[in-house]
Amino acid sequence: MAHATDAYVLKGGRVVDPRAGRDGHFDIRIENGLVAAIGKDLPLDDARVVEVPAGFVSTPGLIDMHVHLREPGQEHKETIATGTWSAVVGGFTGVACMPNTDPVNDSASVTQFILKRAAEAGFARVYPIGAVSLGSMGDQMTEMGDLRAAGCVAFTDDGKPVATALLMRRALEYAGMFDVPIIEHCEDPSLKGDGVAHEGAVAAMLGLRGIPGVAESIMAERDISLAEVTGGRIHVAHMSARQTMRAVRDGKSRGVRVTCEVAPHHFTLTDEALKDGAGYNTNLKMNPPLREEADRLAMIEGLRDGSVDIISTDHAPHHADEKALEFDRAPFGIVGLETCVPLCLDRLVHAGVISLSRLVELLSSNPASLLKIPGGTIAVGAPADLTVLAPDAPVTVRTAALVSKSKNSPFDAWQLRGATAATIVGGRVLYANPAVADAARFVAT
Amino acid sequence: MTAATKLRSRHLLGIAELDPDEIELILDTAVAMKEIGTRTIKKVPALRGRTVVNLFFEASTRTRLSFELAEKRLSADTMGITVAGSSVTKGETLADTARTLEAMSPDLIVIRHAASGSPHLLSTICKAGIVNAGDGTHEHPTQALLDALTMRERKGRLAGLKVAIVGDLLHSRVLRSNVLLLTKMGAEVRACGPATLIPLGLKALGVHVTTSIDEAVKDADVVMMLRVQHERMHGLFLPSLREYFSLFGLTPARLEHAASNVIVMHPGPMNRGVEIDSAVADGPWSVILDQVANGVAVRMAVLYLLAGEELT
Repeated sequence: MAHATDAYVLKGGRVVDPRAGRDGHFDIRIENGLVAAIGKDLPLDDARVVEVPAGFVSTPGLIDMHVHLREPGQEHKETIATGTWSAVVGGFTGVACMPNTDPVNDSASVTQFILKRAAEAGFARVYPIGAVSLGSMGDQMTEMGDLRAAGCVAFTDDGKPVATALLMRRALEYAGMFDVPIIEHCEDPSLKGDGVAHEGAVAAMLGLRGIPGVAESIMAERDISLAEVTGGRIHVAHMSARQTMRAVRDGKSRGVRVTCEVAPHHFTLTDEALKDGAGYNTNLKMNPPLREEADRLAMIEGLRDGSVDIISTDHAPHHADEKALEFDRAPFGIVGLETCVPLCLDRLVHAGVISLSRLVELLSSNPASLLKIPGGTIAVGAPADLTVLAPDAPVTVRTAALVSKSKNSPFDAWQLRGATAATIVGGRVLYANPAVADAARFVAT
Repeated sequence: MTAATKLRSRHLLGIAELDPDEIELILDTAVAMKEIGTRTIKKVPALRGRTVVNLFFEASTRTRLSFELAEKRLSADTMGITVAGSSVTKGETLADTARTLEAMSPDLIVIRHAASGSPHLLSTICKAGIVNAGDGTHEHPTQALLDALTMRERKGRLAGLKVAIVGDLLHSRVLRSNVLLLTKMGAEVRACGPATLIPLGLKALGVHVTTSIDEAVKDADVVMMLRVQHERMHGLFLPSLREYFSLFGLTPARLEHAASNVIVMHPGPMNRGVEIDSAVADGPWSVILDQVANGVAVRMAVLYLLAGEELT
């Protein structure tokens, strides 16, 4: 053992850390799992040196704040171990997990179970999100104080909306005591009905029952109004409709504490894809549904102009048998952790929509700030959670090769530019992408 | 375009996948098939030794019987499976049911299912040719083909015909298949129904969409009435069937504004007094029973073109 401590220096690579105002070539020294120093030409002392390949970019660890880990209760779809490994392979050092497990994460004991399993797995950090109501049934509020103390970072009844305006009002008020946001799955149940695809020309001709964009925006408008009167923080999950983008923009302009997130499939795909091949590909069925081009462009515009705060994947694993059904009967949702970075780099950064720095805000700084969790920046003394990107590396998505327990992705065979090269959690290089040239350098030999 | 001599796909999933020359081919073949039904011995050996499975997941009398008769007249070996409700009640998925059938090496599987896209799912699993006998609210291609055969018989052409389709447009697979077929063949389609039952995207297909039955029927050569189901009241689509009939029901008075030799069609089963007045259904305009007869001929043509190729 040549080194006195487990110290190494990422030398000479580009570092993009918008919260720290940093975009340039810096050395990062990592020691005992923490960031020990960051600067130009750091002394190497006895540290191991990792020469960062030209073109690679180190960023604060990416955080996906909308992930369904499925454990407890639906381990045939995903477990905390497989889901957090999928996160690491996708470049995420942290994930926030949704409470719609079985049982629902509506008590501290479930929260503690999740955290215990996450620690045992030792992959991405896990930040549980608690339910707003017991069983997410919309009747009685959960013990948010207890859940917060156990480690919950936000509350939601995701999978469905908070059932009534009154419950949302109370939840915003009550959660406000702990200064945590309510995350809302915006959907008016009566307008959604038994819809399975975006209400538009495509669904009409395919004979699929529609879910109109207004089903989402009308609920967002309710919640934004309630956040306004309560002073609470509302976060609109997986926004998909142009009307919702407008409602969020309006709310922000009047000073309401509203934020929103968009999933990669909603800025890369539209309902037109439902017609591809034999049609009715159930890996294109998710809720909210793929909408039409005007909606996709509204998401792109929100990402460009800053109205969208966060990109999250809504990673929703389902077993192949569950998806191999009639479109009507298949469950909603697709996996997203491992395709997010290539889709964002290719369709947003290389396409000229946003800068790399803005992408780091969307995938790291902003979710960390919103949930008030560590990370989102590379800070001396803080745990060394870093993502190394290879923005020019070619990627061909192979859904069969996803490490998630489920392979329900519509992006099979997509050719994209931009990959995760390495994922570092607490100073440990958990993943070096074997498909990216020179990424192996990050692994200690 | 040169005339088609065979279908390009080994499946009939919908009218959407057919080119105009393939539609002509099916209709021309159906004319020949129709002659068989006039013989004393109504049977030809075109599908002898071929196996056809009729897989019906949804209640159907006329379509199922029509397919069965078509298969028998072509000498196919047939198996019929009618699953009350759906396979889900038995715990077996559609994909597994299909694989089980596939193991018996059928040449064609005729499927009727309540979920749109079910035949498309089967087509990705099965080696057999798939014939869509109605999938959810998506398509019912053989219905549109038999309707087209009936119109062509009565009017001598499809191009330029003014066709009014009236009723529950939103939930109708008959509408979708007919709109696709008629617009491909150059007919002028007017679609009429209550505003709550009009699907998006019809206009983009070149259809004139209206909520006035009088506007739809005016000068029409063909009026096609669609079934309105009682359960539509529960989804807040309609206040009552009584009001529906007063606004959208086809009566002899309304037909007076149609073209002088207008024909009236209905895919069945009819709700007399809801979408159609009995005086119209039983009147001189009605070609509803011609449609039934043509259904057998069109289905014979489709089965023959998909599975009878090598016998000639």
